[in-house]
Amino acid sequence: MTGDTSRAPRSTATSALLPPGYVREPAASRTPVAFAGYRSTALRAPLRTPVDLPHRLTEVTGPVLGEDRVTAADADLTLRAGGEAQGQRVFVHGRVLDSDGRPVPHALVEVWQANAAGRYRHVVDNWPAPLDPHFDGLGRVVTDSLGRYEFTTVKPGAYPWGNHHNAWRPAHIHFSLFGQAFTQRLVTQMYFPDDPLFGQDPIFNAIPPAARYRAISRFDLERTQADWALAYQWDIVLRGRDQTPFETDDDGDLA
Amino acid sequence: MSSDRGTDRGAGIEHPSPLVRTADETNDRRPGTPRRGSGALDGPFRLGTTPSSTVGPYLAIGLTWDDGPYAVPAGTEGAVWLRGRVFDGNGDLVPDAMIETWQADPDGQFDHPDAPAGERRFPGFRGLGRSHTVEPHGEFGVLTLKPGRVPDGAGGWQAPHVDVSVFARGLLDRLVTRVYFADEAAANAEDAVLRSLPDDASRATLIADPTEDGYRLDIRLQGDRETVFFAV
Ligand SMILES: [Fe+3]
Repeated sequence: MTGDTSRAPRSTATSALLPPGYVREPAASRTPVAFAGYRSTALRAPLRTPVDLPHRLTEVTGPVLGEDRVTAADADLTLRAGGEAQGQRVFVHGRVLDSDGRPVPHALVEVWQANAAGRYRHVVDNWPAPLDPHFDGLGRVVTDSLGRYEFTTVKPGAYPWGNHHNAWRPAHIHFSLFGQAFTQRLVTQMYFPDDPLFGQDPIFNAIPPAARYRAISRFDLERTQADWALAYQWDIVLRGRDQTPFETDDDGDLA
Repeated sequence: MSSDRGTDRGAGIEHPSPLVRTADETNDRRPGTPRRGSGALDGPFRLGTTPSSTVGPYLAIGLTWDDGPYAVPAGTEGAVWLRGRVFDGNGDLVPDAMIETWQADPDGQFDHPDAPAGERRFPGFRGLGRSHTVEPHGEFGVLTLKPGRVPDGAGGWQAPHVDVSVFARGLLDRLVTRVYFADEAAANAEDAVLRSLPDDASRATLIADPTEDGYRLDIRLQGDRETVFFAV
């Protein structure tokens, strides 16, 4: 299973036909666009059933974004505006794969998060937790040739929001990925293990129960750095190619 | 490469383990319980995909680019602004959405390894636009070149179109829609996706009208004129 995930142009001979589309996951295993407990979905999530869009050229292609959108400093969120951010320093690392297990190399990963006190540097966020002059909450990295990414940050704090009485978001980091095709575009949130706030959070609980573990990172003792930082590992899986069955004999045996 | 059989799990495949090969109703521990040999080794190798989530209200921190709205550089010959607003179920402006556009160049070409190779005549054309709907403007705007027609993979041609993703607080997954162009009536009439929609009212939600500097199409998340959204 060594799929060609290279970004190099292919010869005309192999690219003349429309390449296979991408896996469509059953609705039951995906986060629904609306969730009753998450109040903002009520007026925003469409009420009609979406129409199936065949995967044609526009859908199986996507923007080629990479190193030119990123500087080395973008991978370290703890050093901003000439000083060090407050909080528990952590490495967050993992791989970006497709559902066939192939790495997604040279892919832009954009992350944003609250500071260690749970406050975002954003005009709309003004709950009484301190801003950190040396933390802006923005990180960008590009996966390497094996689909790996890593950035350094501080563990975000939980924060309150107005969804219901005494509502708190579990600590999380927002992730945005393009993958290699329009169909693979993903915006999601990474959580930390065993957060006691999971039970009351409708955004976490909107994920189908069997898929929730995929949104939670793993504490990674091996990647911690003595006297410096803790580490969490989180692999991100984008949709893989729709697999075309092999030609078979009439009796169903593999040809 | 692969011997995957899609959803036809294990049929016709000789399992390597004799314990599995000989398992049947009589020697199972309890009839009706999950069977040996019904697991991962018999099915296609597939990792579960990462579940999506909302961008939340603070997306501007992580997803703002100086050149976001510029699918082509400012000043590009023939460039048009694709503008619009996003409305919620009350008809109120959504002031914290982000839209992203993806499209072919005016020749119908994509600069991508999975697209047919061909001459690309539009240097600086990125294909991708990204724009927030932050007030006071409250509208998105992407500077781009009008796309050409794209093969539909079945011998026909699609009308010029732009694929659009909509992200916002209150949307747990992105929404996908398309923008077509009102001044492409003939091409639109032949477009398989537009033709597959039930009525003209549905089609109208996808068709942008010409303006002084380009095209305009509003996106309605709910209501009588709810935009047609696509499952991709
Ligand atoms: Fe957040």
